[in-house]
Amino acid sequence: MKHMQIQGKCKQNGQAGLPPTSGHWCGLEIPSTLSRIPEVEEAILRQCEKFSYTDRDLFALKLALDEAIANAVKHGNKMDRHKSVHIKYRVTSRRVDVVVGDEGPGFNPANLPDPTDDGRLDCPGGRGILLMRAFMNNVVYNPSGNSVTLTKFNESPRRFVSRNVAFG
Amino acid sequence: MQQDAAHLKVTRDGEILQVEFTSRKILDEGNIAEIGDALGALIEGERRPRLIISFAGVDHLSSAALGTLIMANNKIQGREGQLRLCDIAPQIYEVFLITKLNKLFHIYPTIKAARESLQNQGRPPFV
Repeated sequence: MKHMQIQGKCKQNGQAGLPPTSGHWCGLEIPSTLSRIPEVEEAILRQCEKFSYTDRDLFALKLALDEAIANAVKHGNKMDRHKSVHIKYRVTSRRVDVVVGDEGPGFNPANLPDPTDDGRLDCPGGRGILLMRAFMNNVVYNPSGNSVTLTKFNESPRRFVSRNVAFG
Repeated sequence: MQQDAAHLKVTRDGEILQVEFTSRKILDEGNIAEIGDALGALIEGERRPRLIISFAGVDHLSSAALGTLIMANNKIQGREGQLRLCDIAPQIYEVFLITKLNKLFHIYPTIKAARESLQNQGRPPFV
């Protein structure tokens, strides 16, 4: 997995192999395989834990990341290992923003049927975007529909006094 | 009697098969296909499947996992069988509520309640 600085200071944590510290945009790139999703989630959630995000926040983020990256791998890149999924993320004490992009032609999310219609409840697919929208504070697709930005606010009452933030 | 399939612990209690997951995070996108295959094989091995799936200890669920459960349910219905889900943690149950799949699945708070419902078929779920 490539891990790179996008902008600003993206320092190493002082240990080889660890992703950059939080507060700045960082980037990841993985091939189109579902088995690589957990390492992306781990990199982002590990940053969130430093800012005392709640268990509910972490559950929501993991769920939304699962859905966004799996969509990029399966529907965007059609499981083509020669295509990559591009992830940018920024974690602060207040919010997490994650951009997940693929190398496919994109789609129009407004054209998707409502998976909660009674007649569609027994259809196996089509619930990923519904879940992302339910668990994130904001979900925005780019105009071509091959990149989605997820935003989750920190719900923890301790978000301003976590160990990596001021006062300590 | 107990048998193990990929990622699953399966216990037979008379005509009822009780299925538990062997890892908390096994319902990730990466390995849900294996679980789907294992569930499918279990169902196809029964003439009229009566299955309880326990979510005890499961702390994550993706839409792909929901799809796998729906496919299992469709297969079971096709064989005139019965499926019950139980022991679902509140944050996982919220996923069922958001997707309205609580209307499709029969969900019970405990494995005991799920077993009793199979032994008294026709009684509505109470979760």
